[in-house]
Amino acid sequence: MSALVQVDGLVKHYRGSRGWLGLKPSAPVRAVDGVSFSIDAGKTLALVGETGSGKTTVGRTLLRLVEPTEGRFTFDGLDVFRLSSGPLRALRRSMQVIFQDPSGSLNPRMTVGDAIAEPLIIHRLAARPERPARVAELLGEVGLDPSFAPRYPHELSGGQRQRVGIARALAVRPRFLICDEPVTALDVSVQAQVLTLLRDLQRTHGLTYLFIAHDLAVVRHVADDVAVMYAGQIVERGPTDRIYSSPRHPYTRALLSAVPVPDPDAPRSRIVLSGDVPSPTHPPSGCRFHPRCPHPLKDSRCASEIPGLEDFGGEQWAACHFGGKPM
Amino acid sequence: MARPTLALVGATVVTIAAVELLRRRTQAQGSARRFFAHPGGVWGLRVLMFFAVMAALAPLIAPYDPAAQPGIVTLQNAPPSWAHPLGTDAYSSDIWSRLIYGGRVSLGVALLATLVAMTVGVTIGAVAGYARGWIDAVLMRLVDIGLAVPRIFMLLLAVAYWNRIPLTLLVLLLGLTGWFTTSRLVRAEALSLRGRPFVDAARALGASPARVLIRHLLPAALAPIIVSAVLSVGNVMLLEAGLSFLGFGVQPPTPSWGTMVADGQAQLALAPWTSFFPGLTIAIVVMSWNAVGDALRDAFDPRPEHA
Amino acid sequence: MSETAATPPPVLSIRDLKTYFVTGAGTARAVDGVSLDLRPGETLGIVGESGSGKTVTSLSILRLIPEPPGHIMPGSLIEFEGRNLLTLSPAELRAVRGNQIAMVFQEPMSSLNPVFTVGDQIAEVARVHLGLSKPEAWIRAVDMLNQVGVPDADARAYEYPHQLSGGTCQRVMIAMALMCRPKILIADEPTTALDVTVQAQILELLEKTQADMGMAVMLITHDLGIVAGAADRVVVMYAGQVVETSATRDLFAAPLHPYTAGLLASVPRLESGRGVLKGIPGSVPPATDWPPGCRFHPRCPHAWDRCRTEEPPLLSGPRPGQSARCWLVQEPARRKPPAP
Repeated sequence: MSALVQVDGLVKHYRGSRGWLGLKPSAPVRAVDGVSFSIDAGKTLALVGETGSGKTTVGRTLLRLVEPTEGRFTFDGLDVFRLSSGPLRALRRSMQVIFQDPSGSLNPRMTVGDAIAEPLIIHRLAARPERPARVAELLGEVGLDPSFAPRYPHELSGGQRQRVGIARALAVRPRFLICDEPVTALDVSVQAQVLTLLRDLQRTHGLTYLFIAHDLAVVRHVADDVAVMYAGQIVERGPTDRIYSSPRHPYTRALLSAVPVPDPDAPRSRIVLSGDVPSPTHPPSGCRFHPRCPHPLKDSRCASEIPGLEDFGGEQWAACHFGGKPM
Repeated sequence: MARPTLALVGATVVTIAAVELLRRRTQAQGSARRFFAHPGGVWGLRVLMFFAVMAALAPLIAPYDPAAQPGIVTLQNAPPSWAHPLGTDAYSSDIWSRLIYGGRVSLGVALLATLVAMTVGVTIGAVAGYARGWIDAVLMRLVDIGLAVPRIFMLLLAVAYWNRIPLTLLVLLLGLTGWFTTSRLVRAEALSLRGRPFVDAARALGASPARVLIRHLLPAALAPIIVSAVLSVGNVMLLEAGLSFLGFGVQPPTPSWGTMVADGQAQLALAPWTSFFPGLTIAIVVMSWNAVGDALRDAFDPRPEHA
Repeated sequence: MSETAATPPPVLSIRDLKTYFVTGAGTARAVDGVSLDLRPGETLGIVGESGSGKTVTSLSILRLIPEPPGHIMPGSLIEFEGRNLLTLSPAELRAVRGNQIAMVFQEPMSSLNPVFTVGDQIAEVARVHLGLSKPEAWIRAVDMLNQVGVPDADARAYEYPHQLSGGTCQRVMIAMALMCRPKILIADEPTTALDVTVQAQILELLEKTQADMGMAVMLITHDLGIVAGAADRVVVMYAGQVVETSATRDLFAAPLHPYTAGLLASVPRLESGRGVLKGIPGSVPPATDWPPGCRFHPRCPHAWDRCRTEEPPLLSGPRPGQSARCWLVQEPARRKPPAP
């Protein structure tokens, strides 16, 4: 069965500053530099990375909120990047997004009901008299009482706002939902509620998720597959269980060891990385992770040869010359 | 004389009642509460409301016909008296009546011209700020040109071209020479708002650029637009008064406060009230517009000290 | 709160702290009677979600609350070295801030002044509190940058905050805080705005410097994982009050308060499979309108009549140093078994 979502060679470079009189422009910001992945229908792929990894940019390009520099995105056979505005708008009925900042992503001057009704209006999914009923139905699906409809976002808590955002995205009955750090801004107790809601909705509606996050513990709970990004590229990819139990890429290992464990007796074997994320305008040569890589077998090859994604079996791929060797 | 006095008293009562009603109806909103906490703003609102009511009810309130010249020989330049509370002018017309009718013109011109300016300014600013790129560049260069040429100069050029300016043309000219600053303001708001998550959300939902602008950006930018509009009215009023004073604005016999000041200029020493009262009115009303504008600005954008 | 006779006197003692904010919508009782002790050399974790009052508590210690609309109510006591910080004159307070009690904030990029170099900002602390001259202070500043692990410190000192990464900015803040070897370091969510790998670096740095300098650290966070690894004792806050105090191990092994238990059940863990995460139903009530009785009762699975009407005080639990603001401590039989 071919995948619902297929991304190949996605590249997004932001133009550098113009320089003096348009001459000598500075180097472009290589936010996303060759990303490929696929998602089967009904599954959840988590895109994990830290600041500067490019994961948010991937989400934005797929939605065409920014235009990609290169690459292909095939959704159910459609070449999304080639669509003109009419078909693109129609596509938005199949592909929606939930944003990170629940208060920022809702217009503060629109009531909850208006916000949820807006996609219905844009895509003419419900005539005016039917809208209130539809809005109430959607509110119910995300666990909010219909009485929330006339309220404004500032009257709601963070968790409630996020639910409104989800209801709004569901209004068009999408098949594919891009969740851009949906629980990052929420308290832990609310986070659990929203994650459970997302999981239930996936089951009920057969949704496919691209879950963008930086919290590895959260990802563990929601994702079927994980792709780890670093400096604009995917460095490891595979089923969740395999990635967490036997990570191959040194960055993945460092990332996993850095997550604070809520258990005072747990052994603390933190692999602490030195240095900072590389500059997006001048990434290191060869493997982009090599300046910070703690792998004992690191050698000159790492600085000169870019490692391709190697198959480590069980659908797990990692871009490391020494992925097979223990650290 | 009795009926106009009664009407005047009635107008005052209506004004005060209207302002109080407004205050009560908007209690729930933080910005309204902050506005009404400004004594200057509230008084300004009362004054403007009063003049607006007067202008609207002019036929009921004015004791005399403003164009009437009851005693061109005997009554000209009469000082304030019971019969003529603000005196008469060189043509023996009652100044008070002319003031009331003049308010219609002065206020009307100022408000309509501001409406024109706002419409043009907001549209251009919003389009420039949202579209960016070459559209933005071209529009802003237009604005630069508009800002570089002094407004009075442009108006006088137009006046020199058309000898007698009909009122509608005056309104258009005043409006079309006054939208530049507003467009810059709206452009700045559009630029800052376009990056906000809720704008992304609207685009991701499939909203067209027009919808994003009208439904999302402009309501959020409303506050600076309103403040700019209110302050602009006062400005335009002064401009119109100045032009009318110079003889280039409103043409006689239509009374406007500016023309009244001009008319009284010849007998300033002899009958100062002919210029004084219209001039005072202009000052009070313009100051009221500014007071309301300032209070609105603070109401929309509170600083911690005033919280 | 139980204290055995053998423990040394606390270096900071907060008693019945009340910080209220007067807003258009009523008075927000953000901190409503908080008492806690910070012992010398220990790391005290203060855990809570948004609306718990933990940040306002930390800001109240150094009186960094904006005076209108905030007020630290009379009757509150914050004792440091025998003096009540809340009654010090502004000059005396300034001598304490940054010098004996230092603070590190959540967003390092915004907490540094964008128009001064980081070297200048660190040196300023030395000039103000240690009376050093400009060149001497600069040398100290570079030295501190080295100590906090900033590579190439001589060059970095000349840079501006916007040129540095979040992790480096936080190290700069820590350098400023440690310059005068304070007795207490208050760290308010120091790693929340940072990436996980950088967070690990910063936590390691804090551990190391605490060991070197022997200072007490008040670590405010919402992340139970950080608290598990870094704190000796934990204070859990909810709705402006302390709801549980405990040694770290005891807190995770056997939490007394249902809120703590709820939090622990909500935290996603690396090891577990794709099990169901139980959140805590409902949401934090607004600070202008705390519920009557126990503030957690609307969301508590164990609540009964007493909880709805009587507000429980902090009651001592079975283990030493453990206490919880819950009637279950007195009536453990009322604890309902967990739902399947």
